Amino acid sequence: MGMTMTQKVLAAHAGQECVKAGDLIMARLDMVLGNDITSPVAINEFDKAGFSGVFDKTKISMVMDHFAPNKDIKAATQCKQCRDFCNKYDVLNFYDVGDMGVEHALLPEKGLVKPGDCVIGADSHTCTYGALGAFSTGVGSTDMAAGMATGKAWFKVPAALKFNITGSLNKYVSGKDVILHIIGMIGVDGALYKSMEFMGDGLKNLTMEDRLCMANMAIEAGAKNGIFAVDDVTLEYVKERVTDEFTYYTADDDAEYEAVYDINLSDIKPTVSFPHLPENAKTFDEIGDVNIDQVVIGSCTNGRIEDMRAAAEILKGKKVAKGVRCIVIPATQKVYLQSMEEGLLKIFIDAGCAVSTPTCGPCLGGHMGILAKGERAVATTNRNFVGRMGHPESEVYLASPYVAAASAVTGKISQPSEIM
Amino acid sequence: MKVSGKVHKYGDNVDTDVIIPARYLNTADHKELASHCMEDIDTEFVNKVRDGDIMVAKSNFGCGSSREHAPIAIKASGISCVIAKTFARIFYRNSINIGLPIIECPEAAEGIQDGDNVEIDFDTGIITDKTTGKTYQGNPFPEFIKNIINKNGLLNSLKG
Repeated sequence: MGMTMTQKVLAAHAGQECVKAGDLIMARLDMVLGNDITSPVAINEFDKAGFSGVFDKTKISMVMDHFAPNKDIKAATQCKQCRDFCNKYDVLNFYDVGDMGVEHALLPEKGLVKPGDCVIGADSHTCTYGALGAFSTGVGSTDMAAGMATGKAWFKVPAALKFNITGSLNKYVSGKDVILHIIGMIGVDGALYKSMEFMGDGLKNLTMEDRLCMANMAIEAGAKNGIFAVDDVTLEYVKERVTDEFTYYTADDDAEYEAVYDINLSDIKPTVSFPHLPENAKTFDEIGDVNIDQVVIGSCTNGRIEDMRAAAEILKGKKVAKGVRCIVIPATQKVYLQSMEEGLLKIFIDAGCAVSTPTCGPCLGGHMGILAKGERAVATTNRNFVGRMGHPESEVYLASPYVAAASAVTGKISQPSEIM
Repeated sequence: MKVSGKVHKYGDNVDTDVIIPARYLNTADHKELASHCMEDIDTEFVNKVRDGDIMVAKSNFGCGSSREHAPIAIKASGISCVIAKTFARIFYRNSINIGLPIIECPEAAEGIQDGDNVEIDFDTGIITDKTTGKTYQGNPFPEFIKNIINKNGLLNSLKG
């Protein structure tokens, strides 16, 4: 029986010719990732277990992004613990304030993950790197500790859902709308324990930013991972970033899928996920007047340069509505600098947006844009759970940078065509 | 091995943000995390939970963030086992890895009510609702997972 892309990556990393859904395997890891929230728990476990060193100092990344720049004394203490650990064990890919970015924007940008890799990260959105054709999945801190020590992790080989992509996106529609549409269709547990495999001749019409955004939210459908077929777009992206050699994998023709979904990109409309689950996806024919208090444009989902350009295209020469706070957070230092060089930051500031140094901050209700009781935000982030961005009685509406920027201008949830 | 206690029951898609809100993730202290467990959906939980109590929920329990702080907060609050229809996969993995027993059993998740007294036998997978007298068959853990739980977590099991 044939294998899916995910199964082939896992087989190769387990040193097996073939694996099938349900097999338990021990796989070799190419990268182990943690952040300033999950790493301290991992370091405590690592120390308690008495490990004397890390398996490979080049294959561990620690990124200070969630509560950094340090939001309070406790956060500062957690970052210090990570810094001390990386110094002690000479971990090379330690990213601190000044060169850090939101981890899942940073690692692909730095070329630290590549097609065909097997990656774990103590952060649920580690599934982002599937956009590059890697097997990449979120784990907890204990798995991170074991991964740092041994360079291995156990996995149950997932069954697969196939998404056959055709067509091309309409203007002001992006990968974010596609993935919100898919989660709306299959539900927040629609891909539970499974891999989401994206392929088809429409893939060439999705940019790397679109794919990273879509793979990023595979977890919001409960998936173990999302993975994209490697094509010219992927190879062009990694060419200038990845220096190591890599092998990538294609699905066998007779690979088995539990379900196949046909997604015609031309049919996708601007989509917004209403509180309090990402599956509550609506298009604008179902959305009435929803007034908002805040807009957040950024995060590991939509904080890349193309997202900044999309927001700037809408905000250019316009003003953020009175009573709305619009916070723009380029996801990495490179995106920040590029946004400055391209004049995007001036557009944002002229429009009345606040522009911040990279941080996960408001996405998880950490800092830099917390909501009060009863407030509503449109955010380009990935979760709209109860209390996600602040008070348990606040609300988060998930949308693309186009929709978020348009909403900032009108003060209610709006699509770009209303103001462009 | 058996555990028994009073049931705290919840619904579908209980996410890790309500199990332990991110605003408390500036610490890894187990007791402090436990003091905010379930706060955003059940402010009374921390006052009413007793050692050995059991949490029961419906589908996709623990969805969302990979924060291991979530199963840690539940375990440190005294909960001895979580039963659900289904679990989100990272939460499932994290629970096993830190030694919090969790069992998937759709019938029990449906039938058991808030406040019932329930006993769970981890060796047989049998769940007994002592309040109603009904029993349910959960899946006992496979050997390699039993080994992780018996050694109180993944890292202890790696030490051999």
